[in-house]
Amino acid sequence: MSTKKKLIKIFLSTLYLSAFTFGGGYVIVTLLKTKFVDELHWIDEKEMLDLVAIAQSSPGPIAVNGAIVVGYKLCGIPGICFAVLGAVIPPFFIIALISVAYNAFRSNEAVQAVLFGMRSGVCAVIASVVYDMASGIVKNKDMTGIILMFAAFTANFFFKVNVVYIILAAALIGVIRTLVEVRHGTH
Amino acid sequence: MELIELFLAFLQVGALSFGGGYAAIPLISRQAIDTYGWMTVEDFSDLVTIAEMTPGPIAINAATFIGMRVSGIPGALIATLGVILPSCIIVSLLAYLYYRFRKLTLIQGMLKSLRPAVVSMILAAGLTILIPTFFGNVTSLGNLLENTNYRAVLLFSAALLLLRKFRFNPIVVMLITGGAELAARLILKYLT
Repeated sequence: MSTKKKLIKIFLSTLYLSAFTFGGGYVIVTLLKTKFVDELHWIDEKEMLDLVAIAQSSPGPIAVNGAIVVGYKLCGIPGICFAVLGAVIPPFFIIALISVAYNAFRSNEAVQAVLFGMRSGVCAVIASVVYDMASGIVKNKDMTGIILMFAAFTANFFFKVNVVYIILAAALIGVIRTLVEVRHGTH
Repeated sequence: MELIELFLAFLQVGALSFGGGYAAIPLISRQAIDTYGWMTVEDFSDLVTIAEMTPGPIAINAATFIGMRVSGIPGALIATLGVILPSCIIVSLLAYLYYRFRKLTLIQGMLKSLRPAVVSMILAAGLTILIPTFFGNVTSLGNLLENTNYRAVLLFSAALLLLRKFRFNPIVVMLITGGAELAARLILKYLT
């Protein structure tokens, strides 16, 4: 297949996946795998798992990160550009349209009621996500993780410490812990 | 000036939101509410709701929405560019290193410590939406019991039950709670 055709295919795939996936980055990463590994056979399974690990462990939206690794693997830098463009266009246009209508939309009483009610739903969704993530850490008996969890919550919620510092501190602890483990040969 | 602020604010969101969409929420609220005052807690709650309901990453939804409100289309473009630029650089670099060395131990070790901190911050961000929803009318501890919004508490509990026990899709759950609140208000209006 020619590079031009490949680029168009990458663009259309990420465009399509981004327009129709609700529910966050983990979903889109799974769909990228289905598309490029199972359907097109452009990337092999083991390699895709490593690429997904890179997408998930890097900062930024996972859907965009997933598009970047796939684009890079298939066509280098041009591949990245087409994949990212495809992933960004649908949410950009949808939200731009909503935000134009937002003020008229927001002053409507029925809309206010629905948005207020949905807030309870959003909180429940967030609570459920937090529960799943936290129970994963507790089940692994990761003591450092459990302590970090309480420390980060106290610092952020009660002492209003900037989230930037908390993230940098946690990253630093992770790097030190890994280096110590590697040195002791437990890794 | 606003464009530069938008760019820098969302560059930080893009560079520091480890662990997907929910991890971006506390960073966005920090920038948009506390640092620059682009929106109120109220607007922010709506933004999270809208972002959850529409496809695409929350960080991109938020960048487009806030960018549009602060300085129109150029703002939306600049904010979106800011939020994806760190990914483009960091992820491309890691992908390159992966194909050179195929080793990720240090990154995965870092992630292991980041995850617990990220969970806590998502929880804290959730509470900043939950508290005004439940206790928005409470002015002092004395009127806590009579001014708590019990309907919101009930909707939250029902939503949690649908999500955990019956494995409902999150968007369906949100639509149900939104519809239930509208129905409740219409019935109350009709009765009075």
